[in-house]
Amino acid sequence: MDQFILQILNGLDKGSAYALIALGLTLIFGTLGVVNFAHGALFMLGAFVAVTMSNLLTLSHKVVDETRTDFLGNPLQVDVPYLYDFFGQAAGDTIIDWAVPISILVAIPIMVGIGFAMERGLIKYFYKRPHADQILVTFGLAIVIQEIVKYFYGANPIPTPAPEAFVGSFDFGVVLGFDPNAIIYPYWRLVYFFFSVVVIGAVFAFLQFTTFGMVVRAGMADRETVGILGIDIDKRFTIMFGIAAAVAGLAGVMYAPINSPNYHMGMDFLVLSFVVVVVGGMGSLPGAVAAGFMLGILESFASMSAVIDLLPGINQIIIYLVAIIILLTRPRGLMGRKGVMEE
Amino acid sequence: MSNNSFSRRGVLKTGMVASAGLALPQYLRAQESGFTNAPGASEVILGFNVPQTGPYADEGADELRAYELAVEHLNGEGDGGMLGTFSSQALEGAGILGRRVGYVTGDTQTKSDAARASARSMIEKDGAIMITGGSSSGVAVAVQALCQEAGIIFMAGLTHSNDTTGKDKRANGFRHFFNSYMSGAALAPVLQAAYGSDRKAYHLTADYNWGYTTEEAVRTSTEAMGWETVNTVLTPLTQTDFSSYIAPVLNSGADVLVLNHYGGNMVNSLTNAVQFGLREAQANGKNFEIVVPLYSRLMARGAGSAVAGIFGSTNWHWSLQDAGSQAFVRSFGTKYGFPPSQAAHTCYVQTLLYADAVTRAGSFNPCAVVEALEDFEFDGLGNGPTLYRGEDHQCFKDVLVVKGKENPENEFDLLEIVEITPVAQVTYPADHPQFAGGALGTCNPGA
Repeated sequence: MDQFILQILNGLDKGSAYALIALGLTLIFGTLGVVNFAHGALFMLGAFVAVTMSNLLTLSHKVVDETRTDFLGNPLQVDVPYLYDFFGQAAGDTIIDWAVPISILVAIPIMVGIGFAMERGLIKYFYKRPHADQILVTFGLAIVIQEIVKYFYGANPIPTPAPEAFVGSFDFGVVLGFDPNAIIYPYWRLVYFFFSVVVIGAVFAFLQFTTFGMVVRAGMADRETVGILGIDIDKRFTIMFGIAAAVAGLAGVMYAPINSPNYHMGMDFLVLSFVVVVVGGMGSLPGAVAAGFMLGILESFASMSAVIDLLPGINQIIIYLVAIIILLTRPRGLMGRKGVMEE
Repeated sequence: MSNNSFSRRGVLKTGMVASAGLALPQYLRAQESGFTNAPGASEVILGFNVPQTGPYADEGADELRAYELAVEHLNGEGDGGMLGTFSSQALEGAGILGRRVGYVTGDTQTKSDAARASARSMIEKDGAIMITGGSSSGVAVAVQALCQEAGIIFMAGLTHSNDTTGKDKRANGFRHFFNSYMSGAALAPVLQAAYGSDRKAYHLTADYNWGYTTEEAVRTSTEAMGWETVNTVLTPLTQTDFSSYIAPVLNSGADVLVLNHYGGNMVNSLTNAVQFGLREAQANGKNFEIVVPLYSRLMARGAGSAVAGIFGSTNWHWSLQDAGSQAFVRSFGTKYGFPPSQAAHTCYVQTLLYADAVTRAGSFNPCAVVEALEDFEFDGLGNGPTLYRGEDHQCFKDVLVVKGKENPENEFDLLEIVEITPVAQVTYPADHPQFAGGALGTCNPGA
């Protein structure tokens, strides 16, 4: 039982990342009809906003320490962050420690801006082109973004820790009456899960309870009629692209402490997130979220050694296996609109 | 209006004649010398095949820096680096056998097929006489086999799998880097001293050749000193989040987690394990411990503070105080502004060893080079007295057991040397079961 609960918890944070990325993907597909293979790159860029913020906050000047030597035997040049000069060491350390949460604030405008630039600068020229063309151009764009990031940040992962207050694990085992250590779960992963629930809730609320959201939903249902009513739906869809980019970016910012960001992390999530979208139903927002969490949890269960012993290799194919079954039995996906992918 | 007199047949004929003309000197030289890519009188070309793109690109960049430094030193430029400390003293900084050393580079992308293609291109188009480099055992094994077929010497870069000088060994291939067996043999006594003989280990192993040989080596060595292996789980090479593999570990009855992972796998699995509180946990009435059999400073940097206090092994470290290491660190650090990695060290040393073997043999003929390298004993290159064993072309030297530093002073100061395991402790017979299968064969001069 404890293993069962443990794997559900594990699946939740992985599912959170899938759900956030898939939400943006399906939002773009539902509004603009574009299959955006560069969406994983937006997730990666979000993580690198956190890395950049961390670098900026630790921007330093050199102070020579005559008492110590460097690896060549020269007097050691110690890096002293400018923040120490402005706020003192204690306050400076606290600000540096909270680099990731601070990054959230700057990530929103940056990612919305990148989303606008991507949509206006490239993707809008591919609206009327076949999906294959869209996939090729966005995949190419993703590779370009990856290589740019690698050029500036290198190929190795860059540690971006969570604030000290969130280091460590919560022992669910003790709370639920199991043995100590039976069900432990890192604090930051709990934060990630709750953060994703808040972001997903905010996106749904925005679409459900605002006039802007109502128009967007109307546009998703019947773009032509909304256009005939004199509403510039393209402009609103561009804004939605920016919002989708921001959602992916925020998912990336918060993910940075879980796994050290590297230039390739977007690709690692992209394919799985696409499967999530297909399983949930292309264009269906609740479908993307439900499928994200469902596949995250299934993936966790498939990684249990008892399951691997029974079905070797199942951990590597479980998500694709589910996708095949869903596509064969219900091509529109779990919550997809009737007719989508069924012709 | 121009009168174009080109015909398809004419172009083909001209092309064939031109190609034959261009290839003729190379062919005649090969016929005359009896081996592939015999160099001209003025220059000899070495082929540096390193990952310039892909996940190990940073390691590849460091390897390339070391190769460029080695070429400088061989050509008599710079401060000479390890030429002054190398016991052989056959190299005088005047190129190799009077020829200036030039080089070409290829990108392995850490993919076997790409690595073979770039090595083939350097051999066939650029006339490289020797291929060296790489940051992966899969690549090393693939390129080594290619070099054997082509009649070219292969001086392996960073490759740690037993198979490179085990079942996949080749007469034209040589490895200076240590291997999985040596990691296990060096680590086990240190682990026993630190954690005792009554321990239960849980292995997470990358699902590919290097992972298997490392798990086998560490498992065998630790079980021999009394540890019990409670579980071994293979993890996909593409895995990025290891939480679902790590979460069950604490409740498995194990009190040690061995991460047979390298590169991004190691960074992520170790970070995840620390996040799950394994470092602070207690199991079986003892502190829970983590072990990383193969450490790399470049990878340790990715894991950040997660490496603190964790044991592992490494081929070389810049903090070594012997004259050879100091000379290399001084040359490299002065030129590039930071200390070299173990990948850089092994690549630099391999280049010097090749140049020295050619000089001692008095010939670039691969078979003469093989003869010069086999059972060659040397010192002054950073690892103490070393033997290039003739039976399997594996270097035997001291192995470093290291530990992640608790309070690093800078971004390079991540590992501290815990023990320099003497070579006798990591030496094994050439027919050891972990290296069974395959045969060295005979050297191939090509041509």
